[in-house]
Amino acid sequence: MREIAYDDLVKSVKAMVMHTASHLPEDALKAIEKAYKEEKSEVAKSVLKQILDNAQLAREEDRPLCQDTGLAVYFVNVGEDVKVVGGSIRDAINEATEQAYKDGYLRASTCDCFDRHNLKDEVGYNLPAVIHFDIVPGDKIDIEYAAKGGGSENVSRATVLAPAQGKEGILNFVKQVISDAGPNPCPPIIVGVGIGGTFEVAAKSSKHALFREAGTQNPDPDLDAFEKEIMTELNKLGIGAMGMGGTQTVLAVHIEKNPCHIASLPVSVNVQCHSSRHSHITL
Amino acid sequence: MATYHMITPLSDEDVSKLEAGDIVYLSGKIYTARDAAHKRLVDLIEAGEELPFDLQGSVIYFVGPTPPKPGEPIGSAGPTTSYRMDSYSPTLIKHGQKGMIGKGKRNQAVKDACKEHKAVYFGATGGAGALIAKAIKSAKVIAYPELGPEAIRELEVEDFPVTVINDTKGNDLYQMGREKYEVKD
Ligand code: SF4
Repeated sequence: MREIAYDDLVKSVKAMVMHTASHLPEDALKAIEKAYKEEKSEVAKSVLKQILDNAQLAREEDRPLCQDTGLAVYFVNVGEDVKVVGGSIRDAINEATEQAYKDGYLRASTCDCFDRHNLKDEVGYNLPAVIHFDIVPGDKIDIEYAAKGGGSENVSRATVLAPAQGKEGILNFVKQVISDAGPNPCPPIIVGVGIGGTFEVAAKSSKHALFREAGTQNPDPDLDAFEKEIMTELNKLGIGAMGMGGTQTVLAVHIEKNPCHIASLPVSVNVQCHSSRHSHITL
Repeated sequence: MATYHMITPLSDEDVSKLEAGDIVYLSGKIYTARDAAHKRLVDLIEAGEELPFDLQGSVIYFVGPTPPKPGEPIGSAGPTTSYRMDSYSPTLIKHGQKGMIGKGKRNQAVKDACKEHKAVYFGATGGAGALIAKAIKSAKVIAYPELGPEAIRELEVEDFPVTVINDTKGNDLYQMGREKYEVKD
């Protein structure tokens, strides 16, 4: 059984979280640059320029890209042949999150859902982190991380369609969600679509779909074609950067599908704003 | 689409010449407030009490910045979604507020108030918090420190870049922009 020290895990996760707050990943940058080149609207173009300038400034001066530094969301695949010594994996990730938000001067945005008070401090205490665990073969721990802002999360939706509605029903649902969202999720956006599974599996898949590098192809040719079709349809909405009207509303559409019950067709749409802050480490 | 440089406080004349889609670089003092602070301001107005700043010609920025690093006036400071302020903004506009800065759609009551009392809603670029912070030269908490990031701050800004979304004529850039670029099959 391979062993990883608790403190090493904390250190690696903390470094990743701090770095992600100020460094827009390459995939998002490339996608926004492409949108900037192709945008027809002058107003939207000026917005995209600001977004690119902001990314450069944040990187160079190590400042948070956005004041909404998100809830810390993790997908963690733990190998069956590795164990953490000195503490639990969950504690290590939470500790790393708290330290990173504190030392990085990131805004803690976690609050009680009724009294709306921050759970501890304004700075640092962004706990509990949202952690999705899975057990996989091997002796590695694989951690995908995203700082997920509220604006784009607020417009995300899930439903269960009738199987007969099929692809057309899915397309119409996604289109409705993005049309209703308009300027609110800070377009240009990445759209994660979870199809099939049960209600909660669809939702989780739509979130995980957002972790895929923008601009990469779906390995399933059928889904790849469907992603492109949805993207074309969504860009016809004319929402544009920050909703000011334009041809470039969606940077990418990512689909994850799962087998589902013979009676149902769950569909979930999770929206990611242009500030697509995500990272990945393997230990 | 015109470009203007304006200094706060804004006059009726200033805001009346602005049209949806215009770009404005704002300088001078602006105030930050989110939902909790808005509620308190409206409560004060209703009770006939004095506000922590002069509402006449004022511009309010909807923002909850990240904590500043030592030696800096403010952390990253991009706009937050504005609809949460929709139930309060018309009252403030009626009492002299001239500008709001945020992101996202406003309701009809806010748009009507902008038309009736001459005020504008500006959009700032969401997710450009680091860039916008550069335009903020100083920040001081002037009311409700207990609200943390939601406290009311007086900001001194220089060429803060915003776009007119709702003007005094009832135009809405979100609608106009979208209609222009929407492709109908
Ligand atoms: S939606 Fe994204 S870019 Fe916009 S304010 Fe929220 S986190 Fe920032």
